[in-house]
Amino acid sequence: MKRPFADQPDSVLDYRAITPRRTDPRRVQLTPLVTFLLHLPLLLGALVCTVPLVWLVCATLKSGQDLFKYDFLPWDHLDHLTLDNFRKLVARDGFTRWLCNSIFLSCLQASIVVTLSSLGGFALAKYKFRGKAVLTTLMVLTMLLPAQVLMAGSYELMHHLGWINSYAAILVPGSVSVFGMFLFRQAMRQVPDELLHAGRIDGCSELRIWWDICLPIVRPMIGAFTLMTFIGSWNSYLWPQIVLQDEAKYTLPIGLANMMSLPEFQTEYGVLMAGTLLSVLPVVLLFFVLQKDFIAGLSSGAVKG
Amino acid sequence: MNRTASKATHISWWGWQQRLSPYLFVAPFVLLFAVFLLYPLTRSLALSVQKTIGPRDSRFVGAANFRFLLKDRLFWLAVANTTGYALAFLLLQIPAALGLAILLNSQRIKAKPVFRFAFFSTHLVGSVFVAVLFSQILSPRSGLLNHLLSAITRRPIQVNWLAEPELALPSVLLAGLWLSIGYAMIYFLAALQSVDQDLYEAARVDGAGNWSQFWHVTLPGIRPVLLFMILVGTIGAFQLFELPYVLFQQSPGPLSRALTIVMYLFITGWSVGDLGYASAIGWSLVVLIAGVAFVQWRLGRRGDDT
Repeated sequence: MKRPFADQPDSVLDYRAITPRRTDPRRVQLTPLVTFLLHLPLLLGALVCTVPLVWLVCATLKSGQDLFKYDFLPWDHLDHLTLDNFRKLVARDGFTRWLCNSIFLSCLQASIVVTLSSLGGFALAKYKFRGKAVLTTLMVLTMLLPAQVLMAGSYELMHHLGWINSYAAILVPGSVSVFGMFLFRQAMRQVPDELLHAGRIDGCSELRIWWDICLPIVRPMIGAFTLMTFIGSWNSYLWPQIVLQDEAKYTLPIGLANMMSLPEFQTEYGVLMAGTLLSVLPVVLLFFVLQKDFIAGLSSGAVKG
Repeated sequence: MNRTASKATHISWWGWQQRLSPYLFVAPFVLLFAVFLLYPLTRSLALSVQKTIGPRDSRFVGAANFRFLLKDRLFWLAVANTTGYALAFLLLQIPAALGLAILLNSQRIKAKPVFRFAFFSTHLVGSVFVAVLFSQILSPRSGLLNHLLSAITRRPIQVNWLAEPELALPSVLLAGLWLSIGYAMIYFLAALQSVDQDLYEAARVDGAGNWSQFWHVTLPGIRPVLLFMILVGTIGAFQLFELPYVLFQQSPGPLSRALTIVMYLFITGWSVGDLGYASAIGWSLVVLIAGVAFVQWRLGRRGDDT
């Protein structure tokens, strides 16, 4: 649209300033109420989201009958709060083992996936090479294919490779993420080519250009993607459950899901809730460390992807 | 003489590593694609026309798996459950997430980061852990949900959410929505913030009301993200497995009313041990998802023309 008074001096150039604004007296009076009403659904939603988590934390701290008597905390005798549930949980063999397995597996998987995906994304963003178009098409197809259709064939392959009941069955097939390659391609396109050439003139090999020039620039994306991969690996259940058979090799989701089916936890759910809390906590801690990167990475992916 | 020779080898190494690098950088993906995707995919195709007992013993049965699939009551129950869940999930998740995002995007809202974190926090809990948590929240006597309903209605309510066949899928839906509305909202929020603010100003000057602004500025602005979220939500819902499987203690729920396609695939392949029939189920899932995605894509494209 054409701005009115475009030939006027600067102060009136802004058409917003000169458009007469009809101020409705009723509207002005309603504002605090409207503001409150706008907050209401958000507040309700936020409560629905957080109350189950608060309930979880409370359940882990209560003992025996208090679990059934109080919804949250026993306010009239707070001295009854205990860490017994955690003690019982750690005393059971299995749980600490699963926790260590999960930490080990998720850290290793996240580092491998971030490294290899960023390398692939770097190649897609900054090089011309033969077969690039074909490769991109294959990557899109891979993303569209539901992983479950592969499971029978993959299981057979793992069986032939002798990888059943081994972490290789989880780490190796999942060592590159197509989604991650796309994310890094997008982020690394913004790295100026002049910088890479400067590196080459100074004698950097291509691998060092990736490591010393490109990766530091896309740092927020590394943080975001590390978190995503870690969460994905930490929570994955179906495939690990298929290939891991030995209870000592279980990860937390498998262990906890099995624990839940034991009859003793029908009554003593405080221990089960303690297990759930400890299973969620590492992810929450990591989220707080990488939070800024994560939101930035997530939104950039959402807008441009 | 010696120096020039070493310089020559250096230059040839230099050019060599420059030319080869991109291929080496994408090699992990290519290798992985060939070994752990293409090969299992062809094997899954071959398995789908076989009857197997474990990974060792199998025989060719032709299209028998697919013929049996068409008459298999459990399979169709799984399809019905999954489709019903997917529909209900999308119809509730997308409007709720979008509505909350629009509210949160409003300038009058205070403490935005607090809200944002509260909504996002559920996404940090993995679906298995959500299922364990909800198995307790939905428990008939000590569960939080029944206590809340009792407090609201002022009557003792003891609904056995996980034992009633009719309530099996709604229970899963409850957990699924709790897990994902906040996550979808963050995406919508990012999309809303990238809509050109001048467009709103122009619409206001032209006399557009709130509703008209939403319809003509907001919706077209976030269209790509909206379509993307619908597609991702559909694909995710059709792959539903962990939530119901763990919520119902590694079973398909009362009267198998929480049986999903992937759960049926898993039980067939790894509890019964027929990898062949499991593959047939897997391929039907591919066809189903591809069909739904195609319909959505056509509908989305039609929206483009108008």
